[in-house]
Amino acid sequence: MALLVVVLALTRNLFAAVVLSGIYSFLMATVLVALDAVDVAMTEAAVGAGVSTVLLLGALHLCKSEETKPTHRPWLPLSVSIATAGLLIYGSLGLPDFADPQAPIHQHVTPRYLQNEVEVPNVVTAVLASFRGYDTLGETTVVFTAGAGIIALLRRRRHGKHDGDADEK
Amino acid sequence: MKNDLVLRVVGKLLIPFILLFALYVQFHGDFGPGGGFQAGVIFAAGIVFYALVFGLDNARKLMPDRLVETMLASGVLLYAGVGVAGLFLGGNFLDYFVLDHDPIHGQHRGIFWVEVGVAVTVCGVMLKIFYMFASRGRDGRDGHSIDEELR
Amino acid sequence: MIAHFSYIITVFLLVAGLYIVIARGNLIKKLIGLSIFQTSVYLLYIAPGKLLGGTAPILAQQYGVYSNPLPHVLILTAIVVGIAVLALGLALAVRIREAYGSIEEDEIIAMDQQAEDAQPGAADR
Repeated sequence: MALLVVVLALTRNLFAAVVLSGIYSFLMATVLVALDAVDVAMTEAAVGAGVSTVLLLGALHLCKSEETKPTHRPWLPLSVSIATAGLLIYGSLGLPDFADPQAPIHQHVTPRYLQNEVEVPNVVTAVLASFRGYDTLGETTVVFTAGAGIIALLRRRRHGKHDGDADEK
Repeated sequence: MKNDLVLRVVGKLLIPFILLFALYVQFHGDFGPGGGFQAGVIFAAGIVFYALVFGLDNARKLMPDRLVETMLASGVLLYAGVGVAGLFLGGNFLDYFVLDHDPIHGQHRGIFWVEVGVAVTVCGVMLKIFYMFASRGRDGRDGHSIDEELR
Repeated sequence: MIAHFSYIITVFLLVAGLYIVIARGNLIKKLIGLSIFQTSVYLLYIAPGKLLGGTAPILAQQYGVYSNPLPHVLILTAIVVGIAVLALGLALAVRIREAYGSIEEDEIIAMDQQAEDAQPGAADR
């Protein structure tokens, strides 16, 4: 997956970049299944490799699909990225080890969720809809707002031709 | 793409199963992986597949614009409605255990309707976004959907 | 160090996404980089929740140890918000394309600069 991302960064053909991002989402879904996150893997596969690729291809059709041009030397962004990577790895040394059962993430709220007060076998759905239902209400509103925003941005005028410049709506 | 035989046959075979799988994921979200979001996205993906193979106009006849926009809003309203119903029946906002005589069944009922609301909204939003992107001409003018350009 | 390898991979993906966002000029490439960045953050949250020998958090009789379901819930919300961001960003890119005729960041800035030089305040119209 790391190799895939490097190739994606270097390629200049936008269509190839979109296809590579779809492959990346599939690989990420596979990794998530290996990490026992089955709900998240299903969502990531459906959303990342399905809807997201279709949207990118649609946008690519509406813009031109020519390649990008390398204009500046990439030394400054590259050094900033490597410095950020160094800082983050140094910061992550204090985090718990991989698959450590004594990590704080397993201690406080999770045993109560796993005791299954609502008798729904899928704990993720129970937490999402019942224990943390407020967050899901907010997220549904976010999705609705995104849809409303897209309608506002891409609505066409009914009368006459569009001028092609950014007039008011 | 309507004239490509392989795509048409495969599409006719697969699309009913995709829609059925979306309903399966929705209703079995309690017992296996799944739930509202996945079901909404898979349903929208099935309709998008239909639109890509058989043309955007046919998909618009199947799911007209008014229906999609209504779905967008009614999912959020359904979710908030379940919360307000909890208010009327004596509990706090978004309390499920007051929805039925038995707290456990109240939770089941609340979770069911909430997931339906989420799935409807997500499906509506994905379809609306696809319609908006696919029906916009290259200059922003009316007409010239993607399948006309490809023909 | 070996026990932290999941964090190293996450940081690599994160920084690769960041590099694409800041170093490439094409708007669609930037949005792809942003989605790679977001995906690496999902990995950052879910990897610590995994328990070796545990199973998916679906309660059944024969399993005793479950992986932590709490990050899954948070990341489900994050994935859906991620596509909302991607869709809105793409809609903005399409509108910019129609307004300026290009989706390269340098060309857009140059066009704004030309309009500003020709007539001050014209770029804000």
